This record gives sequence, structure tokens and C-alpha cells, in this order.
Amino acid sequence: MVNLIWLILLAGGILVAAVTGRIDTVTASALKAAEMGVEVAFELIGVMSLWLGLMRLAEEAGLVQGIARLFGPALRLLFPSLKPDSPALGAIIMNLSANLLGLGNAATPFGLKAMQELQKENPEPEVASPAMCTFLALNTSAITLVPATIIAVRLKAQSAHPTEIIGPTIFATGCAMTAAMIADRFFRRGQKS
Amino acid sequence: MSALGEISRWAIPFLLLVIPVVAFLRKIPVYESFVSGAEEGFKTGVRILPFLIGMLVAMRIFIDSGALELLGRALRPVLLRLGLDPNLTAIIPLAIMRPLSGSGSLGVATQLIYRYGPDSFIGRLASTLQGSTDTTFFVLTVYFGSVGIRKYRYALKLGLLADLVGLLAAIWIVTKVF
Repeated sequence: MVNLIWLILLAGGILVAAVTGRIDTVTASALKAAEMGVEVAFELIGVMSLWLGLMRLAEEAGLVQGIARLFGPALRLLFPSLKPDSPALGAIIMNLSANLLGLGNAATPFGLKAMQELQKENPEPEVASPAMCTFLALNTSAITLVPATIIAVRLKAQSAHPTEIIGPTIFATGCAMTAAMIADRFFRRGQKS
Repeated sequence: MSALGEISRWAIPFLLLVIPVVAFLRKIPVYESFVSGAEEGFKTGVRILPFLIGMLVAMRIFIDSGALELLGRALRPVLLRLGLDPNLTAIIPLAIMRPLSGSGSLGVATQLIYRYGPDSFIGRLASTLQGSTDTTFFVLTVYFGSVGIRKYRYALKLGLLADLVGLLAAIWIVTKVF
């Protein structure tokens, strides 16, 4: 599936560029995007080192486990396949809270950490585990409470009420998240039988 | 809402203070522990680099070549025949772009907000959409890539389904509230 989408993005783009006489943009865009990938990754390395260092401290101090225990009951409902004291749970909570608070920079390291922990409990290392699917659905549907970037754009565009979209945004996010969690149950069950 | 803003402002300094202090009180060699954890940051960054580059290159080409715009234009008559409100066609490019690229969709949303006005129907819808769904496709490829997962099972379907529900919910609520 990903292979096909990747190929379609590439081939479709190049084909359209060729037909519309914009083939030069392909070269420029490809090189620029490759450069940007390195930039993004290196920026991430700094922030990630900071948070993973802090996360290690929190783990050794027993704080992550404490938080995981606090949210345990709710999480066990969503992640029935995980051990109740799984270290992945702590990282998942940190990722979701960072997302909700709009700390995108901190959310990614916790998210990648959660994936590493989930992978340790995954019996088939090349295939996504049900817990990973649930986590990613939660991660991509439950996002920020205050969409700061878009509010800034609205402010600059001279909106009379730049923040009036916060309520609707939370509503739409909530719907998406609820739908994701319900659909996740069905998909998971469908896979087993 | 300002309370939430305050929490966001204090969250990081709070964590930076509380975690090391608690760890120190529990007799953990705080500095050495921090460094050994931070080491993982570099490894993870290097591991996701090829996935980032692969996706960014393909997406940039698709967007810059005009293929995305073309796709939006091709979808318009189909969606109109399916009963889409003609007022909503302006949002099609954003709806396609949102799961693929964060910076790309922010660009499209910004254009829409300026062109139609931030307090217009399209402006509000674009704002709500940009804030309420994530770059599902991009997140999946990078997160799965970082741990070497090749088979996504139903994860992509699930993520895109959530995006679709988010889109419909955004249209509904913006129509209702304003």
C-alpha cells in the first residue's frame, strides 16, 4: 500500500510536470526536499536528545510508571494486548499530553519512544501490532487543544475573532478520535477471525 | 482558553525542574542518566532520516508539479455529482493535502484564509480543518519506519477514516455554529 502510494506521488508528479512543461521544477523540488529532510531530522535530533534524556530520568525515578498506573484503567481498555506495567504506556501518555498542549516538538520524541517500546512487545517485528495501530490512530486523530499556528495566521489575516475556531476544532478532533477508537475495535476483531 | 495557554507556557519548565529534582531525591545519578538517555536521540534521528527524505521528496514533487491541483480539479465534478455543496469545492485541495504534508496544508489553509477572509465560511472551515486533523500519512511512514515495520495492516485505513470523520465533523460544526 505505502509502496504504491509513494510510486503514485512520484510518477504522477513527474508525469504532470512533463506534460505541463514544468519538468525543471521536478529536479529543483526533489533536491530541495531531500535537503529539507536532513534539516528536519537534525532539528529533531536536538529536541529528541533533550526529551529522551529527561524521559530516562523520569523512568529511573519511577515517574513514568506512576503516570502509567494513574491512567492505567483507561489505557487498558484501548490497549488490551499490552502488559499493564508496559513501559510503552508511559511514553504513549507523554506523547498524547504533549500533543494536546500543542508542544509538537516534544510530542514526536515521546511518540517515537512509544513505538520503540511497542516494538519490543511485538511478536512479528515487520508487521504492525494491534497496539501500534491503536496508538497511531489516537496520535493522528487526537491533536492539539489550542491550534496556535492557525490562530496566528488568522490574527495576521485580520480576523475579528481569531480564536473562535477553537471550539469547533476541539469538536471535530473529538469526533475523529471517537470514530478512530470505535473503528479500531472493529478492525482489530476482523483481523483475529 | 488563556488557562490552557498558561499551562502550555509552564509545562516545559515545570517538567525540566520536577523530573531531575525527583530523580535526584531518589538517589539517581541525574546527569549521567540524562546523558545515557539523550544518546538515543541521535540514533532515532538518523534512523528516521531515510523515511523523511523518501516521503518529503515524493510529496514535494507531487505538489510542486501541479499534480495535486489537477487531482483536486478532477475530483470536483465527481464530488458535485455525489451531492457536495458547491460552496465547499474550495476546500478540496486542503482536504487532500492535509493527511500528506503539514507545511503543505498550512500553506493551502493560509491561502484560503487570505483569499476568502478569516471570518468567511471557507476561512473558518479551513482553520478548523487545519487544526483538527494531523498529517496521518506522513506520521505513519515515519513512525513505522523508525522501528522497521513494513506491513502497516489496517493502520492507514484507520487513520484516513478518522481524517474523513474529522472533515465531515468540521463541515457540520462550522455550518451549525457560525
